[in-house]
Amino acid sequence: MKFVLNGASTDVMAHPMSRLLDVLREECGLTGTKEGCGEGECGACTVLVNGEPVCSCLIPVAQVESADVVTIEGLGDDHPLQHLFMNEIGAQCGICTPGMIMAAIALGPSPTLDDVKIALAGNLCRCTGYSAIYRAVLKWREMSDVNVSASATR
Amino acid sequence: MARNVGRQCVRERDAVRTAISGLEVRRAASLGEALSILRDDQRTPIAGATDLYVALNFGTLEPRRFLDIWAVNELRDISMNGKTLVLGALATYTSLIRSPLVERHLPMLVEASRQVGGPQIQNRGTLGGNVANASPAGDSLPVLAAVDAVVVLRSADTERRIPLTKFYTGYRATVMRPNELIVAIEIPPVEGRQWFRKVGTRAAQAISKIVVAGVRAAVPRIAFGSVAPTVVRVPETERSLASGATIDEAARVLSREIVPIDDIRSTAEYRMRVATNLLRRFWIETG
Repeated sequence: MKFVLNGASTDVMAHPMSRLLDVLREECGLTGTKEGCGEGECGACTVLVNGEPVCSCLIPVAQVESADVVTIEGLGDDHPLQHLFMNEIGAQCGICTPGMIMAAIALGPSPTLDDVKIALAGNLCRCTGYSAIYRAVLKWREMSDVNVSASATR
Repeated sequence: MARNVGRQCVRERDAVRTAISGLEVRRAASLGEALSILRDDQRTPIAGATDLYVALNFGTLEPRRFLDIWAVNELRDISMNGKTLVLGALATYTSLIRSPLVERHLPMLVEASRQVGGPQIQNRGTLGGNVANASPAGDSLPVLAAVDAVVVLRSADTERRIPLTKFYTGYRATVMRPNELIVAIEIPPVEGRQWFRKVGTRAAQAISKIVVAGVRAAVPRIAFGSVAPTVVRVPETERSLASGATIDEAARVLSREIVPIDDIRSTAEYRMRVATNLLRRFWIETG
C-alpha cells in the first residue's frame, strides 16, 4: 500500500485494518509518534494526514492510501517549534510532545491564545500545566509570522 | 506466584486489542459500489473510525467484516435542496464547522461540532457516523432531533426517509437494515432561535453527561441526550411551554418526562437537576 510519508513515497506491506500508528512505528520504524490512550482522548499519536491533525491510533492504514502523511520525524531535528518547546520548558516527560507539536504545526497565522488552546484541546499533558506549551507555540507563530512578512517585503 | 502474575498480564494484554488479522475489509470508491457490496454481503460500514477503532483498541469490537466508505466523496457534500439543508453522511465535524450554509441555517450544529472531542476527532468523525453509532450521548443527535431532521437511507434498490425521532428503536438500536447506508441528513427550514448546551467533565474531549438542543418558536422544540436509552424530544414539556405554563411548571413536567440513569459519567440525580436547569437557561437566553 502506497502513501507519501514525510515527503517520500512509501510502500508498506500491512493488513488494511492495521492502525496507522502501528504501521508508522513498526513497519516504518518511526517511533516518534507515541501511543497514549488508544481511544482518541490524549492526542499523543497525532500526525498530519493531508495537512490535518488526526489520531493515528484511530485510522485504518487503508484509509491513508495515496495520502500525504507527516510525522514528527518529518519536521527534522532542528525545527524552531521543537527548540521553543525545549527553551520554554514545554516538554517534561516528553510523551505528549510529538503529538502537541503535530497538532500545533497545523495552526494558521497569527493565532490568539484561545486559538492555540482550541488547536491543542485534543492533546493532554500531565506535566507542564500547558502554559509553557502555549507560550512555545505563540512564540513560534510570532517568529514565523515575522519571517513571512519579512520575506513578503523583500 | 510470579507465573500467575505473568499469565494475568498476558490475558489483560489480549483483552485490550482486537486481533487485526481476524478482520476483513472491502473498500468502496463510489456509493454505487458500496450499495452493491452491501446488497450481497453483510458488512459493518466504517468511515472516520473514531468510535469503531476505540472499540478495536479496547478489544470490544464485535463486527469482523467491514465496508470502508471513507473514500466515497459523493457523501461529503453540504448543500441546499430548495429550502432543505442536505448534509452528506460523510461530512466531518470540521467541514460542518467551516460550512457557511450550516452556520447560516443550523448554527447550533456548528456549536455542537466544536464540542466533539478535539480537532483530531473533528477532522475524522462524521455526522452519519454519529447517527449510525446510535449512542444516547451523541453530541449532534439532540440538534438533529430538535429540528426534525430526516435520515436518508439508501440500499441498492430503495431509498427511505426516516425522521430522526423515529430512527432509534432502543439503546443503540435503529431501524436501519443491513443492506442500507445512511447517505444524508436532511434539515427542513428552522424558524426560531437555536440553542445548544453540552455539559461534560471538561470543555474538550469529554463525553456528555447531558446534552440539550432547543429551538424557540411558538411551539418550542427541545431534545435531550444522555437522559434516556436514545436521544429524546420532550413533547409534554414543549406543549406546556407553548400553552403559557411558567418555567417552573415546565421544569416539573420535564422531570416527569425524562428518566436519566446512574452510570460511569454521572448520576441520575445530577442529570435531572442539570436538565431542569438547562431548560430554564434555554428559556431565559432565548426569550
